[in-house]
Parts: sequence; C-alpha cells; structure tokens
Amino acid sequence: MIKGRKVGMPYQFLEDIATADIAFEAWGNNLEKTFLAAADATMNVMIEELDSIQPIETRKIRLENEALDMLLFDFLQELIYWKDSEKLMLRIKEIGIREENKHHFLEADALGEKLDPERHHQRVDVKAVTLHRFRLEKTEEGWKASVILDI
Amino acid sequence: MAVLSSIEKISETVWELPVSYKKGMRVPARIYGTEKLLKEMDETVYDQITNVATLPGITKYALCMPDGHFGYGFPIGGVAAMDAEQGVISPGGIGFDINCGMRLVTTNLTYHEVHPYLKELVNRLYERVPAGVGSTGFLRMSRKEFREAVEQGARWCVKKGYGWEEDLELTEESGCMEGADSSKISEKAVDRGFNQIGTLGSGNHYLEIQVARRENIFDENLAKSFGITIPDQVVIMFHCGSRGFGHQVATDYLQVFLKVMESKYGIKILDRELASAPFDSPEGRDYFAAMKCAINMSFANRQVIVHRIREVFSDIFGRSPEDLEMHMVYDVAHNTAKLERHRVDGKIKNLLVHRKGATRAFGPQMEGIPKRYQPTGQPVIIGGSMETGSYLLAGTPGGDQTFFSTAHGSGRTMSRTKARKLWYGKKLQQEMEGRGIYVRTASWSGLAEEAGPAYKNIDEVVEATEQAGISKRVVRFLPVGNVKG
Repeated sequence: MIKGRKVGMPYQFLEDIATADIAFEAWGNNLEKTFLAAADATMNVMIEELDSIQPIETRKIRLENEALDMLLFDFLQELIYWKDSEKLMLRIKEIGIREENKHHFLEADALGEKLDPERHHQRVDVKAVTLHRFRLEKTEEGWKASVILDI
Repeated sequence: MAVLSSIEKISETVWELPVSYKKGMRVPARIYGTEKLLKEMDETVYDQITNVATLPGITKYALCMPDGHFGYGFPIGGVAAMDAEQGVISPGGIGFDINCGMRLVTTNLTYHEVHPYLKELVNRLYERVPAGVGSTGFLRMSRKEFREAVEQGARWCVKKGYGWEEDLELTEESGCMEGADSSKISEKAVDRGFNQIGTLGSGNHYLEIQVARRENIFDENLAKSFGITIPDQVVIMFHCGSRGFGHQVATDYLQVFLKVMESKYGIKILDRELASAPFDSPEGRDYFAAMKCAINMSFANRQVIVHRIREVFSDIFGRSPEDLEMHMVYDVAHNTAKLERHRVDGKIKNLLVHRKGATRAFGPQMEGIPKRYQPTGQPVIIGGSMETGSYLLAGTPGGDQTFFSTAHGSGRTMSRTKARKLWYGKKLQQEMEGRGIYVRTASWSGLAEEAGPAYKNIDEVVEATEQAGISKRVVRFLPVGNVKG
C-alpha cells in the first residue's frame, strides 16, 4: 500500500487498519534506522510538522530486552512517557542497538523541546503502543515495523 | 464478508458465532446489532471477539455491542464475564484508557437563554478544561498527594472543595472503587499522570453543550426522573478518562502478564494484546488493585472538570451553580473490569466483568445503583459524534442477557488516517458553525478525524440496544457547543 506515503519519509500511516486508533509501518535498511523511523512516525501522530521541534533538551534512553520486538515496544513507549511526564516532544539523534548474550541493548539520544501550542501543530495524543499485530520483521531491504498506537 | 455465512441469527438483533467457528473457543460469541450494523462492522471485530471467547474462565458468551469496531485484543464494544475463581483478568479487555467514561450535568437553562452566550461559554470552557496532547491541569499536588487521590477518587476532590457531596452518589462506585492500592503503581505511571487531573485529553474526548428538544424525548417519565424537565433544556456532557496515568498502568501490567502468562500459568492466547493472568494470582490481584487506582484517577478527573464547568456557567450567568441547578445526572465508566454477581443458568456467580467500550446498564431494583434510580434503572450516557447527537438511556431487566451491559457510543466506521484526508478541520469548524454547532479544538486535524460520517449512525446503534432489550432510549441530545480534545 503506497497511498498516503510522503516522498522520502521512511514510514506510512495505514488507512485500512484500525478505526479508532492509528496504524503505521516504518522501515529502514538497518535496525537503527527502522527504530528511528518508528519513533518519528509515533511523534508525527502527535505533531504535524516534525521539523517544528527544536533540539533544545536531551534525554538519554537506555533499554534492555530479551526480545528485539519488545525492545522497540519499550523504545516507543519511552517517547510517550516523556510526552506526558514533561510535555517533551522528542526526536532521535543518535541510536545504537547491540546484542550480547541473547539480550538486546539500546542506547539513544533523544532531542527536542516542550510542547508549544503556538509553534507545534497538534494532531492527536498517543495513549499507548499496542501489541495487536505488532511486528518487527526482517525484509529483503532491511527491517520493517508494524505498529498500532492507541489514540 | 465470509464470516457472515457462519453466523447464526438468534433474533433480529442478536447473532451468534458457535464454538466450532475457531479452534480454542470455550463459549460462543454473540454480536448485538441489526443486520445492517453487522454488515458494516470491520471483519476484525469477528476475529477479535472470537479470540476473546478462547480466554480461560469466560462465562456464557463473548459479547460485542452494536457499536463494536476494530480494537486491540478485545474489539471496542467487547464484554466478557470471567469466572472469579477460574478465570483471567486481561488489560486488553479493559483498554489502556482505564475508566474512560461519560458524565452528564443538567442546568435549568433553555437553549434560548444560552444561545447569546454560547461562544463565550465554549471559549471559556476551552480555557478552563485543558485539552490536547499531554495537556496538564490546574491542580498542583505532591506525588504523595496524587497517590492519596488515586486511592480515594472523586471523594478526594469533593473533600478538597471540587464538587458537591451529592456528586459522589451520582457516580458509578460512588466515585471511589474500594481496594485501590497505590503501592501497586509504578513511579512512571505517577510521572505521567500527576499533572493531568482536570484535563480532557485528545482523540474522541470532548466536552459538549447539548440541548434536549421536546421531540427528542422518548420517555417523558424517565426523562423527568433523570432531571430533564423543561423544553429545550441545556445539558453538558463530557467524555474523558484516566489520562497518561491509566495508560501507563495498563502498559506496565501488559508487560508483567506477558512474562508470566505462559511460563508460570500455562495460558496460551491468540493475540499478545490479550495477555492475561489468573484473576486469583499475585499478578492478577496486583493489576486489579492498580487498575482500581486508574479508575479512581478518572473519577477524580471528571469530578474536577465538573467543578470547572460549574464555575464557568456561574461566572457567565452571574448565578450560583446551585441556582442554575447544575446537578449531575450520572457518571458512567465504559473501560473497566468489575467484580459483580450475576445469575448464570439459574445460579448466582461471582464474575469479573470486562467491559471495553461498553457501559454497565443495571436495571431497576439492582444493587449498586443510586437509591433515586432504583425504580428506573441506571442512567446510561452514550456519546455520539460531535455532528450528530448523543443519548441518555436507562438500564432494563432485559440486560441480564449481556451481564447488564450496553453500547458506549456510536462506534467508528472509518480510520482516522482516512478521515483526515477527506475533511479539513478549519472548513469543518465553519460548516458546523453554520449549522449552529460552535467548536473549539486543540487540533485541526484531530477535529477532521472526528467528523460525523467517520462514525456509525448513533440512532441505529441505540435503537438496536432497545430492540435487543439491553437498554431503553430516554432522551436524544443535540450538540450546540463543543470543546474538542
């Protein structure tokens, strides 16, 4: 499904899946790029123009999970956490994912600023990442994440 | 839709998928609605409700209300009663927005009296009841106080002066679910919620000024008992939940359950979003106590909002809220799991009734509803789309077929992503104003996503609930002013 996809954006919102919530697919030629794309997709559900978010404050994200897909789940959930706890809208600047003893580790720097209704045009608030049809899969080109966010 | 060939018609508004439909189903799935509503349902609804039918301890049927639509784990509109001894508790059967619900407040003002002040009212409500992404409220409290508040719910608010004593009686569970234990709550959940009491949130959450026109009163006696007494009476209805706090509680326990579900309890599920634990287990009990905190946070949230609404009306009309008779009709929860006693095949059983996008609709003379509604059955508040209208219903004795549950709204038929391509928020706002509905919103595209045609026809939905005998129409309200999250 290509419709609704903006040129150059490594994610797309799906029209035919989920009615009250929002479904997206995000992709990249490696894991890091896929995670970054999924983070931007999540933020783009809340803020219309991601470029309006200025990189003023930094939050370090450190996560560990046995399951790679649950690492993505935790990672997106972090962004939702900062949105509520400090009203911070964040984008990922640096990200590294590695595997050690069957555990996956993520380190990322998230940069952004507090929501300013004058400059940040809001769309809808994200309540949570759901696990319904949640998938992180290897593709011929790299990786693809399928996510439904609860609105 | 292939599934419709497997469905058995029980009556004009009740349809059944037998246990043979899917491997692992323990009980049949019953879907409520007219044939037309059934055909409009997303095929995923049938898949999801039959997945629910596989959960351990499910009793009698997995039920889906006429406003059912695509959810996660459970469909929205899903109801499942689990045996309290043998059954499970599942966050996916409650929703992330624990105790998302509706509250209805009356006034003794007519539309004629309110009309000249409508814009001022909506503008002031928009300022006083924050909406939108990550919105924060006016209450400043310590984290310790917040933990107290979530154990006490609306009672905490009334103690602090936000509301009237009578509001408590007119709230499900009297505004405080007993057994809420904040030691079962993560710091993260507190971080996400402790600034958010008194806020609407976003998505389909709203606060509306509505009118009860004489021609829209279905049952005059019931309407009177519920406080709708004068022609063109103005009421205020709003829809919101437990905000980031409840969302985090659900997320936390979803992960806890995923870890123990299969390894410790041998529970196998068809969708990870149905993660469950035995209700009678340490994890199940912890979640139940934590979920009750989120239920109470939501009651507190709606209680503070009522206080703000009364302040705004009182300021603008220069009369006290008491003089304006701004009484609550009721507060209903539509995302919960509650321990209830129901008769199943002649025997009274303790059941954990999950309602996800479904409203409890207790009939006359039932325990657990306010004394004043004993003769009538409880009021049921159904939020429609912002363009069409909403309903007040009453619980009926026929509700015993659905563990006394009914619809919660009109239910969506179109995805948000599609709706925002079809409508433009600003243009929609102007068009609605032309039709006499004044809207303020925190988000233009959010407004477009809520356009009326993205929803089912609410008249058909509530008519189906009445035809099935699970609730009865009392009043239909028309929107005239709206604060959109």
